[in-house]
Order: sequence, then structure tokens, then C-alpha cells
Amino acid sequence: MALLEVNGLHVHYGGIHALKNLSFSVEQGQVVTLIGANGAGKTTTLRAISGLIRPSAGTVRFAGKPITGLPAHEIVALGLAHAPEGRGIFANLTVDENLEMGAYLRNDPEGIAKDRRRALELFPRIEERLHQNAGTLSGGEQQMLAIARALVAKPKLLLLDEPSLGLAPQIVQLIFKIVKTIAAEGTTILLVEQNAHQALNVAHIGHVLEVGTLVTSAPAAELARDDKIRKAYLGVH
Amino acid sequence: MSKLLQTLVNSIALGSLYALTALGYTLVYGVLRFINFAHSDVFTVGAWVSFSIATAFGWASTGSPWFAMPLVLLLAMALCAALGIMIERLAYRPLRKAPRLNVLITAIGVSLFLQNVGQLQWVFGTQPQSMPPVLEDSSVAELSGVHIRMVDLVVVSLTIVLLGLLEFLIYRTKLGRAMRAVSFDEKTASLMGINANRIVSITFGIGSALAAAGGMFFALKYGSIKQSADATWVLLGLKAFVAAVVGGIGNVRGAVVGALLIAFVEMFGAAYFSPHMRDFYVFVILIVVLLVRPSGLFGSSTVEKV
Repeated sequence: MALLEVNGLHVHYGGIHALKNLSFSVEQGQVVTLIGANGAGKTTTLRAISGLIRPSAGTVRFAGKPITGLPAHEIVALGLAHAPEGRGIFANLTVDENLEMGAYLRNDPEGIAKDRRRALELFPRIEERLHQNAGTLSGGEQQMLAIARALVAKPKLLLLDEPSLGLAPQIVQLIFKIVKTIAAEGTTILLVEQNAHQALNVAHIGHVLEVGTLVTSAPAAELARDDKIRKAYLGVH
Repeated sequence: MSKLLQTLVNSIALGSLYALTALGYTLVYGVLRFINFAHSDVFTVGAWVSFSIATAFGWASTGSPWFAMPLVLLLAMALCAALGIMIERLAYRPLRKAPRLNVLITAIGVSLFLQNVGQLQWVFGTQPQSMPPVLEDSSVAELSGVHIRMVDLVVVSLTIVLLGLLEFLIYRTKLGRAMRAVSFDEKTASLMGINANRIVSITFGIGSALAAAGGMFFALKYGSIKQSADATWVLLGLKAFVAAVVGGIGNVRGAVVGALLIAFVEMFGAAYFSPHMRDFYVFVILIVVLLVRPSGLFGSSTVEKV
């Protein structure tokens, strides 16, 4: 049984049909990526999974439980962490307090301390800024904090929304290196990216979204070799 | 000299009372970005509830035991917390996704509702009442002509204690972190597993409990309670609102500073210029602050980087 199963998902924003009959699944231990152009519905998919928006039809099952229509805080409690688009850093809290928010639902101080230590090992730049206001971090540092905060939740499934958005190339490299490490350590990840090159490089499975519809699904390595995909999303001519 | 010191003492006492009520406005605004215009009526209900409790215990005629004041205070705070939570649940929560204006108008509606229901014969009635002296009103200290009244001493120290507790709650506890997170971004807070509705309820509860304390202390200090729609009591709530705006609405420390500031201006203006224009001074301060710093003394926009 897959960890996450999305079946026939439809989302409407007012009159706009943003997602049309979307179905895919994420197996335990996999990294799955959704790639596609701006406005294809990638972010909408993640928001519908984590309960930030209500799908108009279809079902989502997570860890064997139907979660469609549950409020976000109840879905998160089942072991899903969502590092949202725009990073969702609490700029009025310190970096350390942001990390603590990641562990909001956990009651095992030792486990939290262990995961916090690991997250800070992965992102030493965050550790240097623990007592700073999170709003003073650079964009790259905020993205690191968003991922670190999600890791402190010790999720069964990590949703990452555009971790490369607006960041300098070296920072993007660094972040994807860490995503790869996290995945290698056994975290299941659903990654949404416009940077298809990096995304396909870390993922096992790739899905291509075009205006709300899944058009192609294949192993990531295969997609990276596909001429059509290379032309459309990898900037190869 | 003694006049100056006496005015100073009076200002601090009055400022504490404004602060207790101002905090409710600012806490709710901080979390929901909306002005709860019914908050000043919770303050009045707090005064009336403490009057009713003290009367029910028979402390109006007979003397009151030492635990009378703390008991009445705790009961009034608990009842008003429940009232605040109920108001949010029934009147504001169904409108959480509605345009701001709808909620604002609803708040005015709730305010009018409380004012008028309070005047029903079987609720608080239309007659002003004198507050049972659950606290002995004596002068505890007299220093070169400056009187410090028992009630002022208790009010100021309890206000400091309550503010300390609130400060601790907001900045040092998990609940406080959750409140600040919801205040900054409700959606992302829900992704941390925070039930935002619960945080909003708690915020209304805390704000209303503090307003109840303010209302009870006001009644104790001045000895009388006016009917729930009486202009002087409505004005008190309005001044607490001014304090929150002057301090920078949404900012807890700002609300306290704003409350002290308007109390100083009001008291010194009344003592040294004209006591008939004390309300006028308060609103002049409001206008000046809004002209110079529209976000209030402590209101600031957060620095955001992309």
C-alpha cells in the first residue's frame, strides 16, 4: 500500500478548474517529483493534500487513512510535513522558535532534541542564527529553516514546494544536496519544482503537470532523457 | 510637589486599569486583525458580574472576609472569559472568511446587544449601583501629603502580576509561541499542527478575563457602576481602545505604554489645566499619534526578505 494515494483529485478556485482528475501515489521511501510550468497546478496539488484547500472532488489517502476534507492541523498530526511555497517562515519568531514550531505536536523531548540536532547538522548556517529573528534571514537561509523545521516534525512524508524558488545557483545546489541526503536517510518526499533538472536528479519518479492535468509519469531518470521533456522543461534545444 | 506626586500616583493607577482592558483589543487584533468593538462591553459586564457575585455573597451590607476580593475577581474573570469565548464562537467564527466590514459591523451589533441585554430588569437593570467594598478602602500610606489608597495599591500590583503572567505566556510558553505563529500566518501555523480556532478561543478568553479584572477594579476604585449602556462606561472602554491604538495595536507592550501615556495626559491635564476637558486630552493624543506615527508608538511592520 502506498504511503500517499491521490485519486481523481479536482480543485476549483472560483470558476477556475485548477486540477483535473489528478491521480498518483507515493510509495514509502520514494522521492516523487511533480514538475511543470508556472500555473500548472503543482502548488495546488500540495495544498490540497495537506488540507490548506478543499478539493472539489476526489480522494486523498495518507498512511492508509482517508484525509480528504480534514483540516490541515489534523492531517499534519498524522505525520505529514509541508514546507510551503514562499517558505512560510514566522518572521516574528526567532529561528529557534521556528524550529520549535516544527515539533509542536511532538511530546518526546529526547526524540525532538535528536531530530533538531540532525537538522542543524545539515544546516550549520541555521545553527549560527538560532537566536536571530527569522525575518532577518536571507532567502536561502529561510528555505533552509523551512526544511529544517519540517524535519524536526519527523514526518512520514515531507512535502517540499519549490525549494529552489528565487535562490542563487550555489544555494540551490546546496539545498538539493541536502534533499538528497534526507531522502537517503529514509524520508519519503513529494517535491514540487520548476527547476526540473535538479528535481529529476534527486527523484525516483517524476510526474509532469500541464494546466492541471498529469500528462506524463515515468521514472525520473527516464524523464530526464526524454527529448520532449528536455525541450520543454530542461532548457535543452 | 505633593500635587505632582499625587497626580503621578493617580495616573499610574488609572493607567493600569486602561492597560487591562487595552490588552484585550490588542490581543484579538494581533491574532485576527480585527477590532472587537464588543470588548469594552465585556469590561462593563465584568464590573457588573463582580457586583452581582459580591452582592450574592451578601458582602454588600456586612463586612467582607479577606478572600472576598480574590474570589470575586477569579469568578468574574472566569465568567467573562466564557462570555468572550462564546461571543467569538457564535458571532465572529461563522464570519471568519467573510469581508472584514461584515465582522466589524457584527462586533458593533454584539456591543449593542450586550449594552441592552445588560439593562434588562432580570440581568443588571438600569439603576446605577454601588460596588460592595470587597476591599477595604483605606489610605495605606501617606507620604508628605500624598495618599496611596489600598485599592490603587492592589490594582497596580495585580495589574503588574497579570501583565507579567501574560508576558510569560506569550514569550516563554508553547501556547504563546502558537499564538504568535497564528498571528503572523494562520495557514502556515496550521501546517505546524496548530488548531488556529482553539488559539483564537483562548485569545478571546484571556482578553475578556483581563477586561473583567479591569471592570471590577474600576468599580472598586470609583465605588459605583453605571448601567451597561451609560456613556461614561462606554467611554472608558473607548479610552482603552485609544490606548491600544496609541501603543500600536497588536503590540502587547505597546498597549501598556499607551494606557499609561493616556492616563498621564488625562490626569495631568485634569490637575493642571481643566478637569472638564480630560476626555479631550485623550483624543488629542490619539490624533497626534495617528498623524505622526499611524501604526502607533510600538507598531512596526516586520522586515521581510525574499
